[in-house]
Amino acid sequence: MTEVRTMLEPVPSEPGLRTKTYTLNMGPQHPSTHGVLRLLLELDGEEIIKCIPDMGYLHRAMEKLAENKTFHQFTPYTDRLDYLSPFHNNTTYMLTVEKLIGIEAPKRAQYIRTVGCELARISSHLLGLGTWALDVGAMTVFFLTFREREVIYNLFEMLTGARMMTSFARVGGVAADIDSKIETAIRNFLAYMPDKIDDYEDLLTHNRIWLGRTKGIGIFSAEQATALSLTGPNLRASGVNWDLRVQTPYMAYEDFDFDVPLGETGDIYDRYTVRIEEMRQSLRIIRQALDGMPEGPYQIDDPKITLPKKEDTYGSMEELIHHFKIVCEGVAAPPGEVYFAAENPKGELGFYIVGDGTSHAYRLHIRSPSFISIGALPTIVEGRMLSDVVAALGSVDIVLGECDR
Amino acid sequence: MSLDLWIEVILKCVVVFFIVLTIVAYLVLVERKVLAAMQSRVGPNRVGPQGLLQPAADAVKLMTKETVVPEEADRNLFLMAPVVSLVPALLAYSVIPLGSHINLFGREIQLHVTDINVALLFILAMSSIGVYGIFLGGWSSNNKYALMGGIRSSAQMISYELSMGMSVIGVIMLAGSFSLVDIVNAQSSIPFVVYQPVGFVLFWIAAMAEINRTPFDLPEAEPELVAGYHTEYSGMRFAMYFLGEYANLVTVCTIGALLFLGGWHVPWPAPTWMSPLWLALKVAALIFFAIWTRGTLPRFRFDQLMAFGWKVLLPVALLNIFVTALVMVLVD
Amino acid sequence: MQEQYLPILVMLIIATGFAAVALTISWLLGPSRPDANKNETYECGVSPVGDARERFSVRFYVVAMLFIVFDLETVFMFPWAVVFKQLPTFYFLQMLIFLVILTVGLVYEWRMGALDWNTSRGKMIWRSGHDKAA
Repeated sequence: MTEVRTMLEPVPSEPGLRTKTYTLNMGPQHPSTHGVLRLLLELDGEEIIKCIPDMGYLHRAMEKLAENKTFHQFTPYTDRLDYLSPFHNNTTYMLTVEKLIGIEAPKRAQYIRTVGCELARISSHLLGLGTWALDVGAMTVFFLTFREREVIYNLFEMLTGARMMTSFARVGGVAADIDSKIETAIRNFLAYMPDKIDDYEDLLTHNRIWLGRTKGIGIFSAEQATALSLTGPNLRASGVNWDLRVQTPYMAYEDFDFDVPLGETGDIYDRYTVRIEEMRQSLRIIRQALDGMPEGPYQIDDPKITLPKKEDTYGSMEELIHHFKIVCEGVAAPPGEVYFAAENPKGELGFYIVGDGTSHAYRLHIRSPSFISIGALPTIVEGRMLSDVVAALGSVDIVLGECDR
Repeated sequence: MSLDLWIEVILKCVVVFFIVLTIVAYLVLVERKVLAAMQSRVGPNRVGPQGLLQPAADAVKLMTKETVVPEEADRNLFLMAPVVSLVPALLAYSVIPLGSHINLFGREIQLHVTDINVALLFILAMSSIGVYGIFLGGWSSNNKYALMGGIRSSAQMISYELSMGMSVIGVIMLAGSFSLVDIVNAQSSIPFVVYQPVGFVLFWIAAMAEINRTPFDLPEAEPELVAGYHTEYSGMRFAMYFLGEYANLVTVCTIGALLFLGGWHVPWPAPTWMSPLWLALKVAALIFFAIWTRGTLPRFRFDQLMAFGWKVLLPVALLNIFVTALVMVLVD
Repeated sequence: MQEQYLPILVMLIIATGFAAVALTISWLLGPSRPDANKNETYECGVSPVGDARERFSVRFYVVAMLFIVFDLETVFMFPWAVVFKQLPTFYFLQMLIFLVILTVGLVYEWRMGALDWNTSRGKMIWRSGHDKAA
């Protein structure tokens, strides 16, 4: 482990018998690093002197793979980014591709995407909250959040045909329409969920031990948070009002009325309250989206971009050729470069695509919010105790699939 | 001692030993089932009807596992430590009465293995020895997580042992004896929890810390220390730590029922064979409460735990002794 | 009198015997296929850095001293508590004085920060405790 020795500064040795600091590997195989994150900790007793996150154990060369896949073929890969809210990743990616091509999906598609994205946000926050509470020792919250995630997975199964890896977004729309049966199911969920969020709050919000483990610990000041380029709930917990759904409205967010919860001190507890409130706001958005669901197509009507109906390909030469071209070559995009970012549950997920006129990306870069959050972790854990690392790590809500890409 | 007395003692030891072992084995299942019910899950239900054979399956599995000894470990200590943890935990039952007496084969059999006059001290001593097993296990593994778990556990145990010792002093003053049989008999009309409510709460909190139960399960806090002091243990030796831990849970719940809840005294005239059942009911209620706590509360941080022990429990325990003594003097 | 303690010895033999039998069965039934990777000390899947048995700070020294002081106090109190009922009031006052002295000690330690684990003052105390220990 010579590389470790050189990464950490040598501890100055003094004469006489002194206590020593030591290096501890937390991860990659550790119950609370939320995947294969490795934290190199320099410890003095139980106090953290230095924390070095070591990422890359889940690297799958996604950005390189994107250069050899058509835009549609890359969609399933985006599922594996933040695998706790795949719907979001697909949609953000497709919005970027649409921006490169210069089209916009029809209103109905945007509404369906919004519903899916907000469901995914709830599901992601639920998992984040559950595993985080489990790390702090409240095991029941973990099982309760998984119960509700199961309901959301059922909804995704009805909507997209897949429970987890939805791959639902298409260039110019979504893969399928929403019908009355799915709508009823989602409405049932809307009625069911608020009580459950109250349940988590009952278990945690006023719990003295939980408050002791979260209040005043792991504070990002507003300046620090912006300087560390934190985004999403982590930034808003520090009191910075920055939500891409409001600042740069995309999809159908400008049609909806919702609040952006903000924290005050930026400690772990604020990140918890912000996430809880965001779940409630997501429910509000979904209800409005279902109520105002516009009629119309769920994909744009452009034979060069969306697949024709299967039965049309049997009778019409034109349609058959289009079908063949889209399936074999993919949807071509003009040369150029775009960056688009959307408000993911973990923060700002951005895709930067350079197009060269083909149906592949010449270069694709992913701005991963988890990567940034892990980078910010040492600032809040250094000088604290070992137990605070797990509480802080849970509070920044990372997912390694997205961080390592 | 005459021969039949010897036989009686040995039989009692064997019976108590197997009762305890069975209770402990099934306690694991009970805890999993109760927690599952609290967390909208089913719990183990595959092995036997309603999962009732789960403990047997676990035992067979753990027996047939390899014992992995880490290269860097202190081999002898590593192999011995679980035994040091388990044996005192089981030994405590030799002085715990399980009821008053029953009549069998025409003779009156006392439902305790032995009634020594320092039973309570003996149990406190056994719980202190148990910590050696945990600490030695943590140290000998030569694993940083295990060592930290061991250190946490010894600091925690000695800190809470004080409060535990002091919380029972009120009871000793009231009963005027260390013998558990005498203490229970002193509660024939009114259980001591009525006179010593603060003492009971202190005892319960300190006992939960003493046996590493949530919210004081820091020595094995798996999100922080992976598995704490038994990180490197596998197979039967892991099972011994596990058994020791659950045996301790039963011990403190029994002690709690004996010292504060009136032990085996049935509130209405009842035959003596009902006494163990009545005690078991009280113990079961306390065990349920411990499981319930585990399903509800998060975990303390280490400095909070120490601060709570020294700054809250200890002063309150001192105050409790003072108030108890004062009231007893005044009432006299 | 001593024969009351014999059952404890019997219990000790049974418990140790159980442990021995269980370990022997496990030794007979369980496989034993050690290899270098399996026997490596677990540290989250990577090779550990350094040894776990270095001299590191656990802020333990002062707590151990405090424990001894207060445990002795408890030990003194146990016999007093047993015979408390039969004692005249004078002995209550005696114990009261003893308790007050110890409580003053606890308050002093508290105010000096010896019971703080996280504040800088507490750290200073712990640190100096370590130096003395060394």
